[in-house]
Amino acid sequence: MGKFKDKRWAYLINFIAVCVLFISLTAVFNSGSLGTRSTYIKGIATTACYTIIVVASLNLLTGFMGEFSLGHAGFMSVGAYSSAIVTNALIGKGIPNLLLFIIALLVGGLAAAVTGVIVGAPTLRLRGDYLAIVTIAFAEIVRVTFCNLQITGGGRTMSGITKLSDFSSCFWVMVICVTCMYMYVRSRFGRTIVAIREDYIAAAASGINVTFYKVLTFTISAFFAGIGGAMYAHYMTAMIPTNFNFNYSAELLTEVIIGGTGSLTGSVIGAAFLSSLPELMRQFADYRMLVYSVVLLFVMIFKPSGIFGTYEFSLTGVVSKLFRKIKLGRASQ
Amino acid sequence: MNAEQPVLKASHLGIAFRGLKAVNDFNIEIGKSELFGLIGPNGAGKTTVFNLLTGVYKPTEGAFFLNGEKMNGASTHQIVQAGIARTFQNIRLFKKMTALENVKVAMGKDLKYSIGSAVLRLPGYWKQESDIDVKARELLSVVNLGDKADFVAENLPYGQQRRLEIARALATGMKLLLLDEPAAGMNPTETEELLEIINVIRHKFDISVLLIEHDMSLVMKICEKIQVIDYGETIAFGKPDEIANNQKVIEAYLGKNEE
Repeated sequence: MGKFKDKRWAYLINFIAVCVLFISLTAVFNSGSLGTRSTYIKGIATTACYTIIVVASLNLLTGFMGEFSLGHAGFMSVGAYSSAIVTNALIGKGIPNLLLFIIALLVGGLAAAVTGVIVGAPTLRLRGDYLAIVTIAFAEIVRVTFCNLQITGGGRTMSGITKLSDFSSCFWVMVICVTCMYMYVRSRFGRTIVAIREDYIAAAASGINVTFYKVLTFTISAFFAGIGGAMYAHYMTAMIPTNFNFNYSAELLTEVIIGGTGSLTGSVIGAAFLSSLPELMRQFADYRMLVYSVVLLFVMIFKPSGIFGTYEFSLTGVVSKLFRKIKLGRASQ
Repeated sequence: MNAEQPVLKASHLGIAFRGLKAVNDFNIEIGKSELFGLIGPNGAGKTTVFNLLTGVYKPTEGAFFLNGEKMNGASTHQIVQAGIARTFQNIRLFKKMTALENVKVAMGKDLKYSIGSAVLRLPGYWKQESDIDVKARELLSVVNLGDKADFVAENLPYGQQRRLEIARALATGMKLLLLDEPAAGMNPTETEELLEIINVIRHKFDISVLLIEHDMSLVMKICEKIQVIDYGETIAFGKPDEIANNQKVIEAYLGKNEE
């Protein structure tokens, strides 16, 4: 039963924990204990980073606001291609790589956000199934358009994108993005969109401009998906519009649901786990997709709200809970 | 603004769904901190009046004014921000949120910080969030839910959910509270408590209340003025004892004496 708490200390401690995680991960990758597989595993970890961003951004919509998007790969695609085009134009102009990477991310994010407004503003007056269908259509339009534009490679692989990101940059961009989304969710904005999910009529009757907050959140979600796309482009250095097809959108949604709708922790773990699962199970060769689907089935049967439900992990939260338990244990003795 | 100006004034307000006039020529004047009752048999158009006043339906005739300001055509959230808040006949809470959060959601007037200060946790965020935390807890204690702040709304008993809905309406900082059958489904003790709360908030926050109710005894007991509608038309208006003896009202409720 708490009064309002100032959490600035808790934020600092959790931040230090993230730093420790980063240092230990890089230490493992550099120690050579993984041998020849080091680069390979590092690659999986980097893939997980941008997947986490996109999945978390989708969770803003699906988990917190309760609207389905089945076309999030479309926003990722917009982010990936627009950022790649911009960096291709800027390369060789003497801009340092880090700055160029930041420009690429912002361009990707903003381009996706603009498309987010264009798609969201007219359609977010709709609810539920309608929006899902519109987003599918949107992603298909993006795919087909990019398949037919000269500048995006016209259906062939767009290759030769400068490699600007590695594991550490991807890791920190991921941390920043997820933190931003967490802060958004744990503020008046998050409270508002959860209220809209719970009952939009009551939300309007509480003075909330429902359409405005929906479009706002949709745009923010698209923005982060675009950043994820930009990271993808500048890590993979080559891509084809069909990478971002319906299957990929559905996969992203699966990761949201498995992780836990309404839990960013769930999205982080769900995305990291499911995006690396097919790779980690290479030794099962042909059976790996079978195992993958069995895992999904079991989660849905035994934990339909996803692995984390709406729980958010916080180091300080866990520690203080532990202390309380110890105290209670002592008191009862 | 003069002191005589009514908080709510509706003149010739009406709505027609195609040919059907659900509400016709509806006039009302509610003064400051007045408790006004709107009654009528089933299907008389009471809730339609509420829906007109809260922007769910747009009136096809007439106009209504809040503190002299014309509100026609405004959308629900604009009307709430202007100062008319309501509760629902079938409770509509944010079920999975705690009681405290339910109240905080409606405090848009006190929360103005930008996305930037939310994401970067600037001082504005901490200041406003801790301020509304205090205020929201106060509102909860006004409706006797002070100790239920961290309860999830759907786990509260029925009577408490109703009171939470009132607290949420209060949080919008409104001047006129519309209560749609607040005592429906309540037992006598709960109704008694509710009546007391309505009286307390009316004076504490200096607000006017418009109440729809089926329970005649309740309306007669607390309302200062009563308006009776039937088939979308106003059939009577006056003080409770006048209404109780009004021939038209008796006919509307019990039917005409054929002899």
